[in-house]
Amino acid sequence: MQETEAVERARHEIEVCNACRYCEGFCAVFPALELRREFSAGDVSYLANLCHGCRGCYYACQYSPPHEWGINIPRALAEVRAESYVEYAWPPGFARAFERNGTLVSLVTALSIALVLILSMAISAPGQFFKARPMEADAFYSVIPLWAMQVVGLASFGYALLALWMGARNFWKDAGPAESVGVVALGIALWDVLTLKNLGGGQGVDGCNDNSERFSMRRRYLHHAMFYGFMLCFAATTVGFFYHSFFGWAAPYAYLSVPVVLGTVGGVLLTIGTIGLFAMKLIEDPMPVARRMLAGDVALLMLLAMSAITGLVLLAVRATGAMPLAMAIHLGFILALFLVLPYSKMVHGVYRSAALLRRATERNMKPLGGE
Amino acid sequence: MPDLRKTYDVLVAGGGNAALCAAITARQAGASVILLESAPKAFRGGNSRHTRNLRAMHDKPNDVLTDAYHEDEYWDDLLRVTGGNTDESLARMTIRASSGVFGWMRDCGVRFQPSLTGTLNLGRTNAFFLGGGKALLNAYYLTAERLGIEIMYDTEVVSLNMDDGVVRSVDITNRGFPETLHARCVVASSGGFQANLDWMRQYWGDAVDNFVIRGTPYNRGRVLKNLLDQGVAAIGDPTQCHAVALDARAPKFDGGITTRLDSVPYSVVVNQNGDRFYDEGEDVWPKRYAIWGRLIAQQPGQIAYSICDAKAFPLFMPSVYPAIKADTIEELAVKMKLDPVKVRQTVDAYNAAVIPGQTFDNLKLDGNKTAGLTPNKTNWARTVDKGPFYGYPLRPGITFTYLGVRVNERAQVMMENGQLAGNLFASGEIMSGNILGKGYLAGFGMTIGTVFGRIAGQEAARHARN
Repeated sequence: MQETEAVERARHEIEVCNACRYCEGFCAVFPALELRREFSAGDVSYLANLCHGCRGCYYACQYSPPHEWGINIPRALAEVRAESYVEYAWPPGFARAFERNGTLVSLVTALSIALVLILSMAISAPGQFFKARPMEADAFYSVIPLWAMQVVGLASFGYALLALWMGARNFWKDAGPAESVGVVALGIALWDVLTLKNLGGGQGVDGCNDNSERFSMRRRYLHHAMFYGFMLCFAATTVGFFYHSFFGWAAPYAYLSVPVVLGTVGGVLLTIGTIGLFAMKLIEDPMPVARRMLAGDVALLMLLAMSAITGLVLLAVRATGAMPLAMAIHLGFILALFLVLPYSKMVHGVYRSAALLRRATERNMKPLGGE
Repeated sequence: MPDLRKTYDVLVAGGGNAALCAAITARQAGASVILLESAPKAFRGGNSRHTRNLRAMHDKPNDVLTDAYHEDEYWDDLLRVTGGNTDESLARMTIRASSGVFGWMRDCGVRFQPSLTGTLNLGRTNAFFLGGGKALLNAYYLTAERLGIEIMYDTEVVSLNMDDGVVRSVDITNRGFPETLHARCVVASSGGFQANLDWMRQYWGDAVDNFVIRGTPYNRGRVLKNLLDQGVAAIGDPTQCHAVALDARAPKFDGGITTRLDSVPYSVVVNQNGDRFYDEGEDVWPKRYAIWGRLIAQQPGQIAYSICDAKAFPLFMPSVYPAIKADTIEELAVKMKLDPVKVRQTVDAYNAAVIPGQTFDNLKLDGNKTAGLTPNKTNWARTVDKGPFYGYPLRPGITFTYLGVRVNERAQVMMENGQLAGNLFASGEIMSGNILGKGYLAGFGMTIGTVFGRIAGQEAARHARN
């Protein structure tokens, strides 16, 4: 991690926290910083990515604005987080993708939809594109051939996984030598990721702060809806892939089949989660957040929401003449999602998980100094 | 919006822990309540915003406190720090009540950290607020709003107009505009006067210009002075205040906890002439913490400098300010604007006087001392010779003042003529001198504020509705 103004600012604020320590019960960040007395840029980046942005510490802080010190840990760490996404991006030449991330995600999405539409219209026979197809095997693939979907899907998703993995490696190395990773640490980190324990306000019951010192579980629940909705959609796709490849059962599947049920429930949850989180951005207190993150955050939320909504629309119109158009648009969004995956807000999940894993490996270390 | 023409059952002057405990309790007892906080909303809560815990008696471990802390041990601790300058019946009542406040606090949204076995010395005696005092205040203010207590910020109580021991009306300024309010009962929970430098100057002279006020700038003692001027009985030594050693670079007000410095026992401490003036190793730091403020206040310019070497540097928690660092003692002295020759002489004399050979142990009184110096250092004395050298400037940091109003066990304010005030109650720092006449016990201010706030609220509500 490079020394930047954001890192300097965050380091200064962390040092104030380390002399105070009142917030140590809120989340993983404070116990982690109490293990250190000096903070390298890599340490600052580790703490920044450990921060879930719950804002509990901001409203509890005796030094938050308008105090002359203006301590604002959620914002200071979010600023470093934004820079860390640039720093760890792989390949390094693509780091600029994070500079105007909202624009980039929007552009890629528009181009992907246009591309899939144009290609699918180009390969269908003249006058056939808007014709209703009987709901029989391979109806979808008469619009876009199965091999094309699989090649493009696997290639783009495979690339995304590789790029995310390389980014995580850069992050892990940057935070300095780590304790060895055991099964227990993995289990703890996985639990923290899946439950979003650190959005629980310290005791798991209060949640986090949205626009005032009042606590609420809204954000945690909405994120759960989004995350588990996404995973269900992913599971639906995977089940469909297996059905087709190993059992020879071709789409479309019945409404009560496993892939359709998974996809429908997932799509609804994903829509609720993403729209809900977007709505919260409209009402949130602008102080403890980093403005530069906003465009990228909203772009990804909208991309996810539109992926889910167009999937549900496709399900609704699959027996009509609107199916090819709906499918092309849906797959355009999915293609965009896969393409921007390693260069979008999505990376926060990877770095956050890695930070939680590192924190789990340090769990038995004792704080330095203190009362 | 509060109705300023209405006669409220209970008017609370102040906006810290004791004020909120009183206001919420009174409201829960059915009274209509208005609370007047002199600070703007962002700085509400008086000194409570800088606190962290509450000292509580308990007979067995619970989810926030380890082991046990019985009434007698608590009382002995209080007796020791106050040197007997306390009221046993009020103190014991407070101690006993401290064990029963948790349920009510939790109902008001206050959260505690789980008990931290072994990591904090105070984990046995003190319950830690999750997020500290400001988080506690946030919870209380949200509760107060939910219950329909009228809260006015930027509103200072100027005068409680008393007539024959009864408060008839209350003069305030709201955002600078004068108003007069009426209430059946008044609870004074407006703190001490440590932020009123002109008042402090009466006792300390111009030395106050070099004092750091650790807490809120809004504790100006206006209500306290107003009451004492109207024949309310005073308690506590007006000249005394709780003063600790702080990093001299702290802001004048509101620096809170992070400006404290624990370097003294492992350092050589000199005044601005470069002379040592007190035994740095007299006792473990928590016991000496509160005498060093006074010691420094008595030095020229109210400033001192703690100097240690690379051996000692890792032994204490740093303050929020970086240490001043240099490769030689002379260079360090120059950086701290001290006479390098004089500081060199002082350190050389100290180094020569260290009696070598004992095992150094920073966890107990280790008996490593100097011989032949005035004054000697009696523990943790080691030569200061391994560079780099580190220095911190120190100033007196004022936490609170001891002067207050006399109260009885029902938090009723007493008059100089021995009568009880008819409708006036007090809680928190403004009356803590009844129990804590001298010294300090960590977390005891919050205990007094919570216990007496609850009593004052209860009594005021009952009185107003009779």
